Amino acid sequence: MMAELFEIVSQGNFWVAVLRLATPLLFGVLGVLLCERAGVLNLGIEGIMVAGAFAGWLAVYLGASLWTGVLIAAGVGALFGLLHAFLTVFLALSQHVSGLGITMLATALSYYGYRMMFADMSSPPTVETFSEMTELAIPILGQQTPLTLLALLLVPAIGWLLYRTPFGLAIRMVGENPHAAEGQGVSVHLTRTISIMAGSALMGIAGAFLTLAAFNAFFFNMINGRGWICVALVVFASWRPGKALIGALLFAFFDALQIRLQTTPGADVIPYQLYLMLPYVLSIVALIVVARRASYPQALMKPYRKGER
Amino acid sequence: MRLERRTRTTWLVLSGAVIGATATVLAVSTLLVMWAGAPVGQTYGLLMKGAFGSTFAWSETLTRSVPLIFTGLAAAVAFRARLFNIGAEGQLYAGAIAAVAVGGMHGGTGFDIAPAVLFVLMLLAAAAAGALVLLGPAWLKAKLGVDEVVTTLLLNFIVLLGVSALLDGPMKDPLSMGWPQSVVLVSDLELGKLIDKTRLHTGLLWAIACAVATWLIMKYSTMGFDIRATGANPRAAAFVGVKTTRTVLLVALLSGGLAGLGGAIEVAGRTSYVTLDMSPGYGYAGIVIAMLAGLNPLGVVAASVLVAGVLVGADSMSRAVGVPTYLSDVMVATALLAVLVATALTQYRLRWR
Repeated sequence: MMAELFEIVSQGNFWVAVLRLATPLLFGVLGVLLCERAGVLNLGIEGIMVAGAFAGWLAVYLGASLWTGVLIAAGVGALFGLLHAFLTVFLALSQHVSGLGITMLATALSYYGYRMMFADMSSPPTVETFSEMTELAIPILGQQTPLTLLALLLVPAIGWLLYRTPFGLAIRMVGENPHAAEGQGVSVHLTRTISIMAGSALMGIAGAFLTLAAFNAFFFNMINGRGWICVALVVFASWRPGKALIGALLFAFFDALQIRLQTTPGADVIPYQLYLMLPYVLSIVALIVVARRASYPQALMKPYRKGER
Repeated sequence: MRLERRTRTTWLVLSGAVIGATATVLAVSTLLVMWAGAPVGQTYGLLMKGAFGSTFAWSETLTRSVPLIFTGLAAAVAFRARLFNIGAEGQLYAGAIAAVAVGGMHGGTGFDIAPAVLFVLMLLAAAAAGALVLLGPAWLKAKLGVDEVVTTLLLNFIVLLGVSALLDGPMKDPLSMGWPQSVVLVSDLELGKLIDKTRLHTGLLWAIACAVATWLIMKYSTMGFDIRATGANPRAAAFVGVKTTRTVLLVALLSGGLAGLGGAIEVAGRTSYVTLDMSPGYGYAGIVIAMLAGLNPLGVVAASVLVAGVLVGADSMSRAVGVPTYLSDVMVATALLAVLVATALTQYRLRWR
């Protein structure tokens, strides 16, 4: 068993798969991170990923360039983010229920659109996807699409935004103590709205990665809980971009491992479903491991109404 | 623009909120129907006819409402205590598979126990299975502060994969020709029909009985008081002597048990075996139903019939005019958000300054 594990992790292909599997998670975790740092839980992620996957793919299918598709996915994500911000920030509604409602709505709209436009297609229509960056003479990274590079570059970019810019300070303030932020002249509502829209745009791109880079078509149930996993991963990452990268990679490592293990000889003594369970089980384990020392943004899930305590 | 708390809510505001929410749902769905190029009036007409237009339509709608009542109750009691159980989907499957394990194993003899005893055992096993699935997340929330929303959501996937493994392995129906389907329930355990030649079964009576029992528990029992107090303000509840941790765990047993029971009733009343597409998202729809009902157990019954009507009506409308059935999912999701907004606007007013 140990020998087989070593055999798997010593292959370069394995690490290419790890980085590929980590990419949508990284976009998603960074998206959740931006929302939650501003004090708003966004359970819309699962549906926003579906909508991003569908909208980005549809744009490319109808003739747009790949990057336009990514932009459209981000725009659709931001629109759902705006709706979530209207409901949770402006109307101060339950962040749990609103997020679930957004997930249901975004998923249902995407499926409706897909069924309506491609009712009589027996096999899913495909698009030409992003190609690997072979011109980068770097192993593993050279076998990824530019979207993976974008996700990796976003890690320091968001770290810089949060810790080195006045706007980042405003985001962290409204997530920790909105009353103090308002006292300093920061608009809590505006800051939260922008953070949610930006975070939701990243969730949209996370979905588009699946249809424009990882696969070349849109399937029902293709997100399959990846959004929920991101919500767990951000706790594991203590709401820090650097740790989010580590979390996404660690997670993708185990996911890639279970895929390889399924195909090793003798693996079928265990039902394949138990291998597929691993990512979800690990997410729960990750939550339990950090539970004692998780320091949630202090104002997370606490609605802010001006003049009300 | 800002919100200001209303000192009182008039009937005018309340009816305005209801009309506004309904109009929003209809506006969104009408846009989608027009996008599909279908005649709007005829589409809604067919939807209504398919849901409530005949005895057969009513029987289908009420059949569909049975699992929804159970998942709606599961969400309503949990949300009342601020335990956000989003895992009713998994709990329903856990209950269904437990029901078949008790009532269908051993070569279809079901342990050779008298049917009446076996029926009770089957329901108990299903309720226990559903309750156990939720007990873990509730315990993690109470003891370690782990957010139950994420854990219950993730458990839905874990339970479904577990059921899938059982359907491939020990609980596989040997006669199913490779289709993932569980062994069949002993025929003595199947519920009778309420109306001949339809699928409507006595499970509806079980569901309504559970709704009334839940309503009585929430309104008149000490446990119900504890649940409502814990949900309204856990610190104040603890201060007056409510054991909040114990209450959250009890709510988990009640909520998960109801969802698990729903799985057993669905198997005994409709399918008689478990498949992986047994529930097209009844667990998630239950959340919408609980919110539509204002978390009132009796309201859950009415909201379930309404949502079931939309789902059943959309199925039959879709076949006739070529509008995708996902229209019903859009309507249900929009209804959830519209009701949330409407509720907020009955408590707050908008000030343009």
